[in-house]
Amino acid sequence: MAKYHVSTSINDEAVEFLCEPQQTLLDVLRDELQLFGSKEGCSSGDCGACSVMLDGRLVCACLVLGVEAEGRAVETIEGMAKGDQLHPLQQSFLEEAALQCGVCTPGILIAAKALLERNPNPTETEVRYWLAGNLCRCTGYDKIVRSVLAVAEEMRGG
Amino acid sequence: MATEVKELKWIGKRPIRPDGVDKVTGRAKFGADLTLPGMLVGKVLRSPHAHARIKSIDTTKARALAGVKAVVTSADLPELASEWVPAGELQINFRDLSSNILARQKVFYDGHAVAAVAATSAALAKQALALIEVDYEVLPHVIDVVAAMQPEAPLLHDDLFTEGVTPTPETPSNIAKRVEFARGDLEAGFAQADAVVERDYTTKPVHQGYIEPHAVVASTSEDGQSEVWCSTQGQFSVRFYIAKLLSMEISQIRVTPSEIGGGFGGKTTVYLEPLAVLLSRQTGRPVKMVMTRAEVFRATGPTSGAALSVKIGATKDGTVTAAEATLRYQAGAFPGSPVQPGAMCAFAPYAFETFKVVGYDVVVNRPKVAAYRAPGSPIAAFGVESALDELAKRLEIDPLALREKNAAREGTHAAYGPRYGPIGFVETLQAVREHPHYQAPLGPNQGRGIASGFWFNIGGESCAMLNVAEDGTVVVVSGNPDIGGSRASLAMMAAEVLGIDFERVRIIVGDTSTIGYTFLTGGSRVTFATGMAVVQAAEDVVRQLRERAAKVWEISADAVIWEDGQAHPAGANAGEFEPLSLRDIAAEAGKTGGPICGNASLNAQGAGPGFGTHICDVEVDKETGRVTILRYTAVQDAGRAVHPSYVEGQLQGGAAQGIGWALNEEYVYDEDGRLQNPGFLDYRVPVASDLPMIEAVIVEVPNPNHPYGVRGVGEVPIVPPMAAVANAIENAIGVRMCDLPMSPPRLLAAIDNGG
Ligand code: FES
Ligand code: FES
Repeated sequence: MAKYHVSTSINDEAVEFLCEPQQTLLDVLRDELQLFGSKEGCSSGDCGACSVMLDGRLVCACLVLGVEAEGRAVETIEGMAKGDQLHPLQQSFLEEAALQCGVCTPGILIAAKALLERNPNPTETEVRYWLAGNLCRCTGYDKIVRSVLAVAEEMRGG
Repeated sequence: MATEVKELKWIGKRPIRPDGVDKVTGRAKFGADLTLPGMLVGKVLRSPHAHARIKSIDTTKARALAGVKAVVTSADLPELASEWVPAGELQINFRDLSSNILARQKVFYDGHAVAAVAATSAALAKQALALIEVDYEVLPHVIDVVAAMQPEAPLLHDDLFTEGVTPTPETPSNIAKRVEFARGDLEAGFAQADAVVERDYTTKPVHQGYIEPHAVVASTSEDGQSEVWCSTQGQFSVRFYIAKLLSMEISQIRVTPSEIGGGFGGKTTVYLEPLAVLLSRQTGRPVKMVMTRAEVFRATGPTSGAALSVKIGATKDGTVTAAEATLRYQAGAFPGSPVQPGAMCAFAPYAFETFKVVGYDVVVNRPKVAAYRAPGSPIAAFGVESALDELAKRLEIDPLALREKNAAREGTHAAYGPRYGPIGFVETLQAVREHPHYQAPLGPNQGRGIASGFWFNIGGESCAMLNVAEDGTVVVVSGNPDIGGSRASLAMMAAEVLGIDFERVRIIVGDTSTIGYTFLTGGSRVTFATGMAVVQAAEDVVRQLRERAAKVWEISADAVIWEDGQAHPAGANAGEFEPLSLRDIAAEAGKTGGPICGNASLNAQGAGPGFGTHICDVEVDKETGRVTILRYTAVQDAGRAVHPSYVEGQLQGGAAQGIGWALNEEYVYDEDGRLQNPGFLDYRVPVASDLPMIEAVIVEVPNPNHPYGVRGVGEVPIVPPMAAVANAIENAIGVRMCDLPMSPPRLLAAIDNGG
């Protein structure tokens, strides 16, 4: 099967890869580029563990084809911290114990960051509905939601 | 608490977990995150039938496909005798486990593994599966537990004779086992009662629902040594099971646990691991196998669905005079449901004088059940705690008061046998009574329910090792995969004993060759049992540190004490010396006797039983049958919360899983016994918008058998929610729900039937 050549940007770096037409962006990230931070929990768009940003939009990487990344910008969990500076959400998740096993965490952090970029002042209900596509089986969401609300306030300078 | 002489520096604080940064940056490596050069992809062919005889399997075409390197069936596995072998705290029948991993003469459920292939790509492996020809003779099947118990039911195993009845039956059946716990004269007890509630309840099988599917990479070298990397709750169990199933020596196998993306009991057994070893052995190449979500649902352990009958009687003042329960639990395809622990837990929170619990372990054409958080207890509690609520109503007593009246306390002869030491059940009831939630006003169609729950908590075998580095930092090695923050609690205990900063302690989870045998992460045992091992290993280090200081000062080790991370002379008589810190002693360790390394191995006894009581407020939409959880409070005795945030997390997560069990989750089979909802879209676990904040209230009645008073906390929180929700619904709209899940269509039907 002929492979496609794709030029894209991942976490602000120009990246080229070869992929088969049926490979998802998640397959490419994990299997071709060895970026294992995005997780596969279902490969059907139901768990959100594979959440990434594509041209500034939150998507499930398992529902996007690798070839669709051509000429676009992908952001993954690997690009969330800047140098050794954790994103405030990452820091807050650590301080508030908003993770147990941590397998949902990369997807939830990406999704939460996307929320705060479009809505810096979400209500608890808005956080809950925004994150409804990201399953967490360990935490009951309590500490996750609190963390996101706390960071929203902090980032607003509150 | 006798053990608490001075103020603790770390226990009870909330430091950032040592593995935290890796988990928020995507660095942490989970089961599917390992690749090795030359790695093949393994996939499993699964039965499309609920029950069928395998007449033949033809793998010729699959083997002929270019890129396919191996195809295995049960013929490649050694035949094992049917016997129950102790494995840590568990009993395993390896013949059944082998037949579950690859079906022998028959397939017993939709999704049962039949063959496995290894190929150079996932696409080729899938193609190869399609080329395997299996000739099935489809047999009648049985899905429902009560139907399976009938004499005319389709028989799964013709060599299954009910255990626990005398004489042993002469004909085989689907009832694998009968258990009974009883005390006192039941008839007389019920005769004394002023009110008796008798009800039947059903619960559906629910899946643990860990977000990370099962995954393994295995690599076997020419000399037969196998290296296994997998997502598991117990690397030592995986090693032992592989050795048994493939007739290997334990020392030939090295299992490294990856980070684990949730387990909840479901990752205490093996599915893919022996297959990956077998395939790597046959191909001489590393083999990676990862389940799809559908495979996880179809072929890995849900917990039992059940049918239960509960009868409880009490006098006007609320004293229970007799209690009876019959529990029928689905085991899935092979014997081994958690009906025994279920029967033991059923009345464990109460000081009933007269009771009888009978349990049946029943095989059905469903996947073999696996442990799920407090295995067996939530099912029994749904019935018992619902019946108690109804009884309270009948007697016009506050449901909390009814529980207080009958609650087990220190000295109570537990229904399952032992006498309780210090326990905190009454304290949880007290905390509920005093909590503002319990008195908060409710609106129309809103109701409040409470329910309690119990789990034994277990101890068992653990090892721990502490290595002191040259600069005085410390590395702890534990043998338990960290699912919910146990690295933090173990490192905190080490820092506490050594009297040093938490930041100076690192902790790793060792593979089976780096640390001694440690029973799996489960049963709420890690902080208790492995915690005890870490404490002892740290004490071993302290002893050595005192000896080293004694050597430097040329006094006896008895004359040296360890305080605040430093060696001091014990008193004026010992001599005048400047204190030596851990750092000082470590720097000179080479000159005073060599590296400092502490070890402990133990079999921890005296786990502290755990109790919890939950308060749940619901609002019912009578038009749609939808239940909204408005407010939820989970109270639990933790003994001692080492890291309260992660204890709260256990309470919140367990409650959320219980709410899912109560309202939505269920396995749906069609007439042919095929699972209809093997995905997160149709098997609906709670999402963030389904839940309110879950308030966790920690009560601390220390366990005298642990140096810091720890009880386990992970299991109890899933026990009360189903009854708490049912009781709340009843309170809201006067409809008593006895069948789970209490999903909108079911609730609507019950409302339409007038309750
Ligand atoms: S893996 Fe993409 S949504 Fe689950
Ligand atoms: S922390 Fe385990 S799934 Fe969210």
